[in-house]
Amino acid sequence: MTKPCRDVAVIGAGIIGLGVAWEAVRRGHRVTLIDPSPASGATRAAAGMLAPVSELQYREERFLELTRESALLYPAFIDELANTGVETGYRSEGTLVLGLDPADRLVLADLRAAQVSHGLTVDELTIREARRREPLIGPAATGAFLVPGDHQVDPRQLASALFSALAGNARLLEGTASGLIVEGGRVTGVALDDGSSVSADETVVANGLGAPALASLPVALPVRPVYGDILRLRVPAHLRPFLTTTVRGLVRGNPVYLVPRTDGTVVIGATQREDGRRAVSAGGVYQLLRDAQQLVPAVVELDLVESMCRARPGTPDNAPLLGRVSGVEGLVVATGFFRHGVLLTPVAARICADLLDGKPAAPEHNAYRPDRFGKGSS
Amino acid sequence: MAGTADPLLIDGVSLGSRLIMGTGGAPSLEGLGEALRASGTELTTVALRRYSPQTGGSLFDLLETHGMRVLPNTAGCFTAREAVMTAELGREALETNWVKLEVIADEQTLLPDAVELVDATEALVARGFTVFAYTNDDPVLALRLEQLGAAAVMPLGAPIGTGLGILNPHNIGLIVARATVPVVLDAGIGTASDAALAMELGCDAVLLATAVTRAQDPVRMAEAFKLAVRAGRLAASAGRIPKREHALASSQSAGRADL
Repeated sequence: MTKPCRDVAVIGAGIIGLGVAWEAVRRGHRVTLIDPSPASGATRAAAGMLAPVSELQYREERFLELTRESALLYPAFIDELANTGVETGYRSEGTLVLGLDPADRLVLADLRAAQVSHGLTVDELTIREARRREPLIGPAATGAFLVPGDHQVDPRQLASALFSALAGNARLLEGTASGLIVEGGRVTGVALDDGSSVSADETVVANGLGAPALASLPVALPVRPVYGDILRLRVPAHLRPFLTTTVRGLVRGNPVYLVPRTDGTVVIGATQREDGRRAVSAGGVYQLLRDAQQLVPAVVELDLVESMCRARPGTPDNAPLLGRVSGVEGLVVATGFFRHGVLLTPVAARICADLLDGKPAAPEHNAYRPDRFGKGSS
Repeated sequence: MAGTADPLLIDGVSLGSRLIMGTGGAPSLEGLGEALRASGTELTTVALRRYSPQTGGSLFDLLETHGMRVLPNTAGCFTAREAVMTAELGREALETNWVKLEVIADEQTLLPDAVELVDATEALVARGFTVFAYTNDDPVLALRLEQLGAAAVMPLGAPIGTGLGILNPHNIGLIVARATVPVVLDAGIGTASDAALAMELGCDAVLLATAVTRAQDPVRMAEAFKLAVRAGRLAASAGRIPKREHALASSQSAGRADL
């Protein structure tokens, strides 16, 4: 099959847009990436857990195929970025999952049964075993599980690496897309808010929560902001290494995670708020520190260096809006990744690039079609 | 809504279902919508501090699509003053005088603070609100709230989110016996039999959230609660038999020779 070289415009340089742009470049397309402020949205806040196993949700098991596939693509995805010389913070140490009270342990044990029934590996540890691995975990936890397949990446570093990989190979346009240019049922490019435009054979809409506001978008995209507060803390020298693996926990029913970075910082997250408030929530910060401290008491000894709030693009069924819109040529949608944008970047990049190459949509990806909620009137 | 001969009447509004649903803790909007449909509820309560009515495509749109009445609540408030301010926010945003009043004493128990609750009920009634007062399972306090003008009293079965069921059925029965406003069993429900028991004790309705939204199969659990509330309601009005010390054959002539 011969792959035609096409002019591709990608709207949005968050982690998804960057991943799609890079894959498109690697397939020989001429790419223009449009974003006034690259990698400054949810990508900047994300903890970067690559956790298809511990993120498994009841009634959403059908998405496991996609999240798992993307996790399996990650090592090669990272290897191919190695020649940029920019670190990605990819770590494959696995994840410890803790339950604080007996009900938390029971919830995690039930979930483990579901995870195992899907062929996933989750090993139950005693608390003493867990604490031998991570001695700063407090003795109060009642249950511990090890998930060897759940890894992490540093989304800020990954975005930088993708940017370096694109530099010189794609046109990076620091402008704001205001709409699509549509001619006779075909998207032919992008209109910018300064009155200029970018012509393209194919346009990829990857600007997260900004997508529904694009003029002439031939589909209603039901994304809504789900705000998250997230903290970054520095570990003082005498407490290093603070943790060597990601620790997730259920603390009296509330989920919290601690993700240690190689640079000696720890990410603690994340709340989920739909209260429409863009600022960091004091209550959110309090809740995160309170719950993290229950799992790892020494959290209070760390330096709090950053608190941040960003909105995730949530969809009604928590699955992404990914693929073509029926009856519309020249358009690929890749938004609505909610809590899984970083994890799903490699697979989303591949799916989008396959479509850009002219391949038909795979039937197993119909569950992600951007028009599955109806095309709407916008 | 038509279709039932046994509507729940509160503040002049007739509701076809005696199950009131909370919305917190649902994994996805679509999943929540399916569970709410399966529950048959016509009234849902939403925490004003957690959901913004201004956000498009949000929970409020979902409830509107399903034709459900919204009961804003003051979850997360620890003082009467906060509760009143939050209630005002809800009235302005949602154009309803209804409010489920929650004033919580502390994070460990999430139990209602009786003193703040009384203050807030008085203040909200004076401001023209229709107050659904979430209260302890204290028959004296429940009556006081009614006397202060609460449109419904909502005693807890057990602390929020615990799923421990109805810890003091005797007190719930006493609250029901003395109330002239609707009594809604709120909080602590874990599974269907808890809701059936609440209705058998004479409660007018049951409110629950976590028991459905955090169940492994929320849709199935929602349907279980729909049936349980209906079953408990029927049983409560069917004249149950007394509890006896000794066995009594259901058919008096059983085992006897017919001479």
